[in-house]
Amino acid sequence: MELLGEVILIAISAALINNFVLHYFVGICPFLGVSRRVDMAFGMGFAVTFVISVAGLLSWTFTTYILRPGAPLTTWVYRLAVPDTEVVPDLSILNYIVFIFVIASAVQLVEMYVRKFFPKLYKSFGVFLPLITTNCAILFACLEILRNVSGVPRAEAWGVVEALTLSVFAGLGFMLAIVIMAGIREELDSCDVPAPLRGAGITLIVAGLLALAFAGFTRVDQGLANLIR
Amino acid sequence: MANDGGPTAGERFIRGIIPENPVYRQLLGMCPTLAVTGNLQAAMTMAGATAFVLFCANVLTSLIRGLLKPHLRILVFTLVIATFVTIVDRILQAYLYQMSQQLGPYVPLIIVNCMIISRCEICASKQSVFRAASDAVGVSLGFALALASIAAPRELLGDGALFGFAVMPEAMPQWVIMLLPPGAFITLGLLLGGANWIGQSLNRRKAATE
Repeated sequence: MELLGEVILIAISAALINNFVLHYFVGICPFLGVSRRVDMAFGMGFAVTFVISVAGLLSWTFTTYILRPGAPLTTWVYRLAVPDTEVVPDLSILNYIVFIFVIASAVQLVEMYVRKFFPKLYKSFGVFLPLITTNCAILFACLEILRNVSGVPRAEAWGVVEALTLSVFAGLGFMLAIVIMAGIREELDSCDVPAPLRGAGITLIVAGLLALAFAGFTRVDQGLANLIR
Repeated sequence: MANDGGPTAGERFIRGIIPENPVYRQLLGMCPTLAVTGNLQAAMTMAGATAFVLFCANVLTSLIRGLLKPHLRILVFTLVIATFVTIVDRILQAYLYQMSQQLGPYVPLIIVNCMIISRCEICASKQSVFRAASDAVGVSLGFALALASIAAPRELLGDGALFGFAVMPEAMPQWVIMLLPPGAFITLGLLLGGANWIGQSLNRRKAATE
């Protein structure tokens, strides 16, 4: 029950309150670049959700078992090499490099898998899949998981369920934001926008208004937490 | 290989600052541009960190450009950048702990700043070390200018201060919204519109005189 409550809080917070695009500003490049039409925005959102879930799961596994100070697998290998020692091995200096590798290979794997088994879906993803490697939203999700696994006391560290919830709902929140944006931009096409603001300028201003709307969700998590407890 | 035509080191340096400004002209590196510009100190620390990473990555990429394999080059760029970002992150944590707490995850996010990858790809992997270095300095200056131009109005209107020193009269109300995410989006949108407007009217004047 406690786990369920925490999972709901993480989900609401990742998707709405701290929306990745509108609150943390990550994933702005596709948000500005691929939000011209609703169907493309939907495809991009779906691809990001997919990759973010895989990358989040992998990075949780790597952080918990290998990277965090005193991780079981690293300690075991270290004890094999140096039998009698009290030193706690710490590989956290490799965090970023490992995450980048994880993301790049997750994208590659997902691409190969989708191409082999869902050729139709692969065709509709098109160029989006490889582009996702440099999407900062994915790395940001990995960093959030890292912060909640190795940056907190051992008892409060996230398990795999929390990590997966964060990644999936962060992806869904991204999809929500980009699809709303695309809907607004389709309407904007028929508006008389001042020439200098056309393109990125008006998109950013609209994003600002959207962020203002999403700011209305602030503190919803506290109310929910009180309700659950 | 060293002299394959193209812009010289001096041109590269000048171009990065205004004509090909990474933020205003190419819309690259948007996430730090929006996220850390709540005050000038954070923005300048970010610009410094990015400049260091860009400079080192450009020089190193340029040194190993003969060894790069085409299909692996993006991965190599990213690994080079990730290494230097780890260094910057550790330095910030050691010497500017408060600032590194404030910047939080946006320091590691320099790795996926598309500005740096695009400079490695467009310039450093094809040019000599000296040109790559001057390109990095020019682009970093342009990036720092852009960050300052967004951070200054946000801090001035939101906090009534610049670099943490109060400059606005007491009576001036503080627009808290400027420090929140919506303020970042709207400020950048308006500045972008302003930059385009200046660019367009300059072009028109040029066309009229010719």
